[in-house]
Amino acid sequence: MKLELGKIHIHDVQFGEQTKIEKGVLYVNAKELEAEVLKDDRLAGCHIELARPGESVRITPVKDVIEPRLKVEGPGCVFPGIMGKVTEVGKGVTYCMDGACVVTVGKIVGFQEGVIDMSGVAADYCPFSKTQNVCVVMEPKEGLETHVYEAAGRMAGLTAATYLAKALKGMTPDETETFETKPLLEQIAQYPDLPRIGYIHMLQSQGLLHDTYYYGVDAKQIVPTIMYPTEIFDGAIVSGNCVAPCDKVTTYHHEHNPVIEDLFKKHGKTLNFIGVVLTNENVFLMDKERHSDMVAKLCEYMGMEGALLTEEGYGNPDTDLMMNCRKVTQHGTKVVIITDEFPGRDGKSYSLADLTPEANTMISCGNGNIVLHFPAMDKIIGTQESIEMQIGGWVGCKHEDGSFDAEIQIIIASTIANGFNHLCARQY
Amino acid sequence: MPKKVVHYINQFFAGIGGEDKADYKPEIRAGIVGPGLALKSALGNEYEVVATVICGDNYFGSNIDKGVVPELLEMIKKYKPEGFVAGPAFNAGRYGVACGTIAKAVQDELHIPVVTGMYVENPGADMFKKDVYIIETKNSSADMRHAMPKLAALLKKQMEGKEVLGPKEEGYIEKGIRVNYFNERRGSERAVDLIVAKVKGEPVYTDYPLPVVDKVAPAPALKDLAHARIALVTSGGIVRQGNPDHLESSSASKWCKYSIEGMDHADKKDFMTVHGGYDRAFITEDPDLCIPVDVLRELEKKGFIGKLMDYFITTTGTGTATNSAKRFAEEYVPLLKKDRVDGVLLVST
Repeated sequence: MKLELGKIHIHDVQFGEQTKIEKGVLYVNAKELEAEVLKDDRLAGCHIELARPGESVRITPVKDVIEPRLKVEGPGCVFPGIMGKVTEVGKGVTYCMDGACVVTVGKIVGFQEGVIDMSGVAADYCPFSKTQNVCVVMEPKEGLETHVYEAAGRMAGLTAATYLAKALKGMTPDETETFETKPLLEQIAQYPDLPRIGYIHMLQSQGLLHDTYYYGVDAKQIVPTIMYPTEIFDGAIVSGNCVAPCDKVTTYHHEHNPVIEDLFKKHGKTLNFIGVVLTNENVFLMDKERHSDMVAKLCEYMGMEGALLTEEGYGNPDTDLMMNCRKVTQHGTKVVIITDEFPGRDGKSYSLADLTPEANTMISCGNGNIVLHFPAMDKIIGTQESIEMQIGGWVGCKHEDGSFDAEIQIIIASTIANGFNHLCARQY
Repeated sequence: MPKKVVHYINQFFAGIGGEDKADYKPEIRAGIVGPGLALKSALGNEYEVVATVICGDNYFGSNIDKGVVPELLEMIKKYKPEGFVAGPAFNAGRYGVACGTIAKAVQDELHIPVVTGMYVENPGADMFKKDVYIIETKNSSADMRHAMPKLAALLKKQMEGKEVLGPKEEGYIEKGIRVNYFNERRGSERAVDLIVAKVKGEPVYTDYPLPVVDKVAPAPALKDLAHARIALVTSGGIVRQGNPDHLESSSASKWCKYSIEGMDHADKKDFMTVHGGYDRAFITEDPDLCIPVDVLRELEKKGFIGKLMDYFITTTGTGTATNSAKRFAEEYVPLLKKDRVDGVLLVST
């Protein structure tokens, strides 16, 4: 399966009469976009705001972040099974709005929505402090049930991204990259002397407000399966979860899965990237046992010599992470785990809720409990009223001048446990 | 004005005597004594060792609960130090524990930088390495001339507000504390190189060395449930409606205790959940799903259990540090014991 990604670089975002891209500037017709989002009768209101890197702007409570992409050649559409018919994706040509994002914002669903600061010290921790953000600020209909609100918010983001992506039509990419994975036997034969490496991608599926969708299927309903890596670049996986903001794998992070990107960078050079095993993080022990068994079996079956293993969330999924690590290792595939850590504000507690001796090579994505001072901002997109109850905050953490103190857990994707960031923890 | 430092040593290093003088009572002298000379020269002209506080090792050990620490703190305070050095104690066990104890007390009470030094197998090292900087020394005082400059350098760094680097760079015993930094390369890129090295059998590393984990063996089963006093304890974040005690939705700093006296079930008018790690919709509607007061009351009526205690204990489990969880249990278990609780229904979420 072969996919070409054409990247159109965006370095500024402005409102305009017509939604279009000109000389790297994304112009957004806010009225048209709002009308598109408001076709959903679960929402009572919607307005669009823009946020650019370096501005004194805070966005919160953030639900999801999405990069607009457009299928240009080949079967299917971006976000298959959700924004169009279920058709296999991952081949042909796809254009990306590189540097621009849709950010969905609105009254809190759970406690799990986060903060994006466009400047100041917290901006160093957040990937979306560096992107041009089109914020879709939603108001749910009064009395809307929580799960229905979550679904409406998720669809609003994907709808907005699909609308903006139309502006990519007919553009000439500034940069193109091609990715290819052959059918397993051919792929193994292509680089017979290089180590056969795969990726075990654990999808958050603890249930309700903690879900992920693969071709529109709720990931709790899948058993472990095999995916061509390029499928993910076409939006085969969509986030529907509200886990702790810091390790939230947004839809953007699925589109830009760093493990897959970096395995492709070394593909054919130091390793042979043979494929992805998708699994989930269900809460029932029987599911955990069955699915970790199956993951180990699939790795063995594919002839993987080594695998990278990532989770989404912390606490309960740490058990899935460790079961996968132990069983995959015992089946003969070596494992490197990428994870974030929660050893407490003083850094003195255990970093994970579960451990196994096989977890002897771990890459850290940082300690999420570190407390930071978030300065007051000139403009708030959304509302700060729930800061004290959002994960990472506490009662009394907010100050009169609009500043607050919170653990970096409150920042979207600050310690995302797939190695997207440079943040790391070491032992002192 | 040079910056003021106070130095703590035992009776042996003060030249008072060995084991026979180990009961020597606390004393403070102006200026340097014994190894203070090495400290003074390592600190340089911008610092002054204004006083040396001396205590016999046995006296310290046998009076640790009888006020020796406050007594020493009073003496030290009078000299208004800006930094504090204890030892180094090398492999002397009692001296090491004394150095660790006083250094931690000075750090916590006087809020000034402290440093001590020990051999890695000194029992004081394990006891205090998480709390204070302990420069790693050899096992005898012959190492004094190598050790003291390291103690002085680390103290100066702290007093000057400079960034203290890792154990390897500074020479202190690893504290086991997880500290953030920005790596030159992103995590996924490092992970890809690491798995290739692991498969090829080349040298590998880990960012997070596996700790030795506390394992608690389950208590034996209750023999007589019909007369057992049962308490409810949960990490599900159930609180009184309105969260009067401000329990956190994640990374809890406390536990709470609420009455269920006279209740035949947990009603949503009385209780709510603040837990940030699960979907709260169902428990918000029916708190019995997390604290099953309804079922336990029925079992109590039927005589299946002896008594359901009139209160439950609660905290938020998600994102809560294991050391905090351990502290909570140490705080509420005596209460359960005092109330003669035989068994606990521990409800997680």
